[in-house]
Amino acid sequence: MEIGYFVSLALFTTIYALFSLGLSLQWGYTGLINFGHIAFMTIGAYTTIALTLPGFLKEMPQRLIEAYPVLQGQGWLLQLQTILPEQLPLLVAVMIGAGLAAALGLLIGISTLRLREDYLAIVTIGVSEVVRLVALNEEWLTRGPRGVFNYPLPLANWAPSLPVKLAMILLLTLICGWVIWQLWQWLGGQPQGPQRHQQGLLRLLFAGYAVCVAGAALCWWFAFSLSLTIQLPSLLQELLLMVLRLAMVLPAVICGVGIVYARLEQPWHQGRSQPWATHLSLLTLTLGMGLMVMFYGAEVMALYTYSYKAGLLWLLLVTLTVILWQMETWVSSPWGRVLTSIREDEEVAKALGKDVFSYKLQSLMLGGAIAGIAGAFYAWQFDLY
Amino acid sequence: MDDNYPTAVEPIGGDPQGQPEMPLLTAQGLSKAFGGIQAVQDAQIDVFKGQIVGLIGPNGAGKTTLFNLLCNFIASDRGRIIFDGEPIQHLPPHQIALQGMIRTFQVARVLSRLSVLDNMLLAAPHQTGERLQNLWWRSHLIRKEERHLKEKAQVILESVGLAPKINDYAGALSGGQRKLLEMARALMADPKLMLLDEPAAGVNPTLINQICEYIQQWNQGGITFLIIEHNMDVIMSLCDRVWVLAEGQNLAVGSPAEIQANPKVLEAYLGQ
Ligand SMILES: Nc1ncnc2c1ncn2[C@@H]1O[C@H](COP(=O)(O)OP(=O)(O)O)[C@@H](O)[C@H]1O
Ligand SMILES: [Mg+2]
Repeated sequence: MEIGYFVSLALFTTIYALFSLGLSLQWGYTGLINFGHIAFMTIGAYTTIALTLPGFLKEMPQRLIEAYPVLQGQGWLLQLQTILPEQLPLLVAVMIGAGLAAALGLLIGISTLRLREDYLAIVTIGVSEVVRLVALNEEWLTRGPRGVFNYPLPLANWAPSLPVKLAMILLLTLICGWVIWQLWQWLGGQPQGPQRHQQGLLRLLFAGYAVCVAGAALCWWFAFSLSLTIQLPSLLQELLLMVLRLAMVLPAVICGVGIVYARLEQPWHQGRSQPWATHLSLLTLTLGMGLMVMFYGAEVMALYTYSYKAGLLWLLLVTLTVILWQMETWVSSPWGRVLTSIREDEEVAKALGKDVFSYKLQSLMLGGAIAGIAGAFYAWQFDLY
Repeated sequence: MDDNYPTAVEPIGGDPQGQPEMPLLTAQGLSKAFGGIQAVQDAQIDVFKGQIVGLIGPNGAGKTTLFNLLCNFIASDRGRIIFDGEPIQHLPPHQIALQGMIRTFQVARVLSRLSVLDNMLLAAPHQTGERLQNLWWRSHLIRKEERHLKEKAQVILESVGLAPKINDYAGALSGGQRKLLEMARALMADPKLMLLDEPAAGVNPTLINQICEYIQQWNQGGITFLIIEHNMDVIMSLCDRVWVLAEGQNLAVGSPAEIQANPKVLEAYLGQ
């Protein structure tokens, strides 16, 4: 089903959104160049799985001894086996995963943050490679290339009742609405105040956008049913579908771009003198808004007929929202101001009495923890049953 | 060696002008070598509370390096630094700043992609909101503090004429405005002692006069200054005492008039 495809796509996009949120804290706000962010995610993913897979953790000392016979006589390892739990609750496992990812951040930080930026970048590449090699080769720890299967998933065997599903959809709607509203406000808050004559244009564009989106949905459904009823030669059918979709999606895209620019309230001749980067970011923004509308539609439909991935996506969106909201309060606080000052010029931060080293550690650890949580979701989105 | 140190070696209590007993900042035997270059050698400096002290010397004399040593931006090879009665040479730079010794840089360093206001707010010491855990439990207090700091920043910016730029990016300021912002920012940190590295360099004459006025104003408000400067008019009009550095060593110390009349100083500036 195409809905399933869109949900998977949205899941992937959102996981990487969460992942980059951590990177944004480290690199965007604090200026710590980090090319090895994936290491945090790896640790989060493997930890969550290792702690929740029944018996996996308990047998770890046994496997360790098998892998390294030198450790044969170590009694404490076997004792450890009796202490270790069979499995941990999902939430606890994710927390520990995030904690270990943060610990990796601490480790990288303590060993390298006194170096200049470029060296930090090199070390982060190295660390991520080390983490990858360990995950691949230490089979007692991760099962290496054979992989881990059949681990517990959140909300997997859950069949929510209709009111619950509706409540989930409502929360989702609120979140999406809030995000669009924020973007909208942000666009309107850009330089050049609102201009009256563009209000009408804006309304027109909105109507156009709505018509196009509705049309695209209709056409999609129509093309889908068409493909079930009429047996055209497959190439021709593909072509027909493509043309149909483009015919509906393209105007929507054009309207979307128009909306964003009209909201920006800039006369066209002034807009042309903007640097290309501004246009690029505006187009990206449009694309993002469009994707969000699309994903929102897909997720609402998927939630209604409830599938595991729809549930996971919902959980992930809620998590992302909470973390994003938290991060926004952090970075807009005096604490965040210190982070940005470090990005701009750490000598100045030092000269003004800020403990640069400690802030860098905090940023690396928090960013790492966020990536660790993203890692858990990354592992969960493989439904390998 | 003695003839290199006309007055620097004189005991501090014996100053004819009747100095207060305890200097706010005193450094002795400071040395720093960069590989083969002995940038600072056995340098001494005293700054008394309430004074405006000048530090002059030809280019490459080691003045900026001496500042870096005083603030521990560069670790000294040897030497002792006492600030406000406590040895500080082992403290990291940010703690020295928190003790009340705030420096500016020779080439003004503003945080370009932060607003002028944020540049100012950053400098305030011991903010509750600078600790992550307080963001959850003390948000009310943090908001109150921010309001208070904003008012303070506004007042300072108005006094140096930067108030109209308060919401601009600091990177959009001109060279002279950057110098002003850097000093205003240092002021936000409630310093006891401000180390200014060439505050008048690259600044137009009108602004130089203004800067001198500001420094005098702040000095009357209780802040002690140590100023590196090449502009002799500034030194003459501002300073109570001037230290001269040449080739990393103390050359002379005295009142501005004495320094101006000192043949050794002239020789150092004009070459052999
Ligand atoms: N980080 C450094 N590395 C190497 N040499 C330096 C460094 N900083 C300063 N120097 C050298 O130390 C000497 C003193 O420099 P500086 O303190 O900047 O002089 P100024 O009195 O003009 O401020 C110069 O010869 C300079 O080249
Ligand atoms: Mg200098």
